[in-house]
Amino acid sequence: MQMRTIEIVVGAFMLAGIVSLAILAFRVSGFSVGDSAGTYSVYAKFENVGGLVTRSKVSIAGVIVGQVAEIELDQKTFMARVRMEINADVNQISVDSTAAILTEGLLGGKFIGLSIGAEEAYLKDGDEIRDTQSAIVLEELIGQFLMKQF
Amino acid sequence: MNDVLKDTRDDHVVIRDVTFRRGQRKIFDGVDLTVPRGKIVAIMGPSGTGKTTLLRLIGGQLKPDTGVVEVDGRRIPQLTRSELFEVRKSMGMLFQSGALFTDLSVFDNVAFPLRIHTDLPEDMIRDLVLIKLQSVGLRGASQLFPSELSGGMNRRVALARAIALDPGLIMYDEPFAGLDPIAMGVIVQLIKTLNQVFGMTSIIVSHDIHETASIADLIYVISDGKVIGSGAPQDLMQSEAPKIQQFIKGIPDGPVPFHYPAADFEEEIMAGQEQRGWFG
Amino acid sequence: MLSALRNLGQFSLDLLEVLGRAGSLWWQAIWRRPRLANAPLLIRQIYQLGVLSVVITVLSGFSIGAVLALQGYNQLVKYGSESALGLGVALVLVMEIGPVVAGLLFAGRAGSAVTAEIGLMKATEQLSSMEMMGVDPLQRIVAPRLWAGFIAMPILALMFSVVGIWGSSLVGVDWLGVYEGAFWSAMQDGVDFKSHVLKGIVKSVVFGLVVTWIAVFQGYDTAPTSEGIAAATTRTVVYSSVAVLILDFFLTLVMFNF
Ligand SMILES: Nc1ncnc2c1ncn2[C@@H]1O[C@H](COP(=O)(O)OP(=O)(O)OP(=O)(O)O)[C@@H](O)[C@H]1O
Ligand SMILES: [Mg+2]
Repeated sequence: MQMRTIEIVVGAFMLAGIVSLAILAFRVSGFSVGDSAGTYSVYAKFENVGGLVTRSKVSIAGVIVGQVAEIELDQKTFMARVRMEINADVNQISVDSTAAILTEGLLGGKFIGLSIGAEEAYLKDGDEIRDTQSAIVLEELIGQFLMKQF
Repeated sequence: MNDVLKDTRDDHVVIRDVTFRRGQRKIFDGVDLTVPRGKIVAIMGPSGTGKTTLLRLIGGQLKPDTGVVEVDGRRIPQLTRSELFEVRKSMGMLFQSGALFTDLSVFDNVAFPLRIHTDLPEDMIRDLVLIKLQSVGLRGASQLFPSELSGGMNRRVALARAIALDPGLIMYDEPFAGLDPIAMGVIVQLIKTLNQVFGMTSIIVSHDIHETASIADLIYVISDGKVIGSGAPQDLMQSEAPKIQQFIKGIPDGPVPFHYPAADFEEEIMAGQEQRGWFG
Repeated sequence: MLSALRNLGQFSLDLLEVLGRAGSLWWQAIWRRPRLANAPLLIRQIYQLGVLSVVITVLSGFSIGAVLALQGYNQLVKYGSESALGLGVALVLVMEIGPVVAGLLFAGRAGSAVTAEIGLMKATEQLSSMEMMGVDPLQRIVAPRLWAGFIAMPILALMFSVVGIWGSSLVGVDWLGVYEGAFWSAMQDGVDFKSHVLKGIVKSVVFGLVVTWIAVFQGYDTAPTSEGIAAATTRTVVYSSVAVLILDFFLTLVMFNF
């Protein structure tokens, strides 16, 4: 085959590789550049975070408004302290909102659902949500269920 | 040793007391041999005595167990890999099998060493390649591929490729095998011309006594891992030594073991001819 | 007993010797970096090893993605979690099946061709004549193939994964009716570029290097006969397939923090 044809085909091959990489980056792994630029941090303490992990979603009324950035153990209270990064344009979350750890489907991943309160004051960067609801742990539920039976 | 050697100061290739074994078998057992610069030297001997092996020792593809192999005063076995490749640029070798690159056309095969080792412009390379191909009578075949050539054409292209760079030292492994009488005459003439015009030192391995004798300045006869005779063709022709006589005259029965020791001589000849058919 | 021990010792020594030769071949060749003048050789090899493997890779990727979607859906739908289908398929493809299966296909399709080609070059004295012309076959023959494998293999693995994910979306979303938004967003939430995609790429690079290394060495080291070449070609496919699978285990062990 002509060397020129081969060069062109090989060029197309390399391009296909780059396109594949781009698809995997943007379409498949939702990789976006400078994501944390337009966010602010809000904290919440939970008795039990269950299967919550970093990068889990934070949603209001089912709409994703941010993600979990950090989970650590508060050594004084022995509760889990979660830092969420909320998109900057969602800036009217009242201070008495509730954060609950919810499950997608029966075996799906955990995410944080925020229910908006009534106060006029809004959460700012570094604030903490007081009212929280821990993850429902399947084993505990089953345990309670069994206890009631007997 | 020989007179011809004594008065030659300038030796292109020197082989001194070389031993070489393949597994248990000793191929060479103290071979001494020199190739004077600018001469045509023929190496003859029965099939399987190690003539090809000797060329590979000179080219550095094999290393001797003991002894000295010198080309242009450089000890080949002691060279590093890159030094060796440097030295080889001034050598040419016609392989017994031709060994053309099957993925390249005849033209590109001959152009290969030129393209790699020179910075000549493409039109000059084209001219050079066509000249070389013309000299082996295959200019018309330049666009064919090796698989489309006959055996004899194959070796002629290989010859054109081996001389493409006009190397100072050229080794021909059986250049006449598989050639018709006309082509043979042309190639004999070509080897001689290259030697006379460019002063190429030439080493010819061949079984064709008469063609070889007609152009060689010096002939070595190797048998049983040793040089059993050497000298100018006419001296050798008149040599009294029975081994030499047997070889020169081509007498099947005699002191020279033409074939690897085996049972019956008749069978040996049959087996030997088969072997030459395949590898010779 | 004694002779068994001796055989074992002999075998280990032989193995070490082969490894040594293969290692030195690789080492010598890899430092003969393709110079600009040799770029056409590299391009030709990327064509031979990469481009010619695209069809088989893409077809396999598509059908494996589709099958994963079918089987995954069957299981997930029992728990009402079929929205995790895209996530599951994508993770499995990107981290494991993409690099591994593309590596196996590469060994069978490209590795065997390289061994046969180099083996035949050796048998017909093309390598010897190249050496005698002062041209190093390590540089002209071996190095371009090693580098081409290094470049082509990750591209093939990426294509495999992308086509596989596409195939799974065709089956999952368009045919089985998984909600499209959930399919993609669960995937985007769960698949991380650095900790999943990139590690998959690292795997495929390693596989590309190892497969071409084995292929080149087997060709270069073959007995110069037709049986020798046949045996070497078989060995290339067997050794490199096993190497891909074993290396995959260890790479997973190391990279995914077990
Ligand atoms: N790769 C090898 N392994 C083992 N032995 C070999 C090998 N190559 C050649 N030999 C042996 O070395 C000896 C010399 O071989 P070589 O090819 O040099 O012979 P030759 O003189 O060129 O013969 P011919 O005239 O038939 O070409 C032979 O007897 C052969 O059996
Ligand atoms: Mg020979």
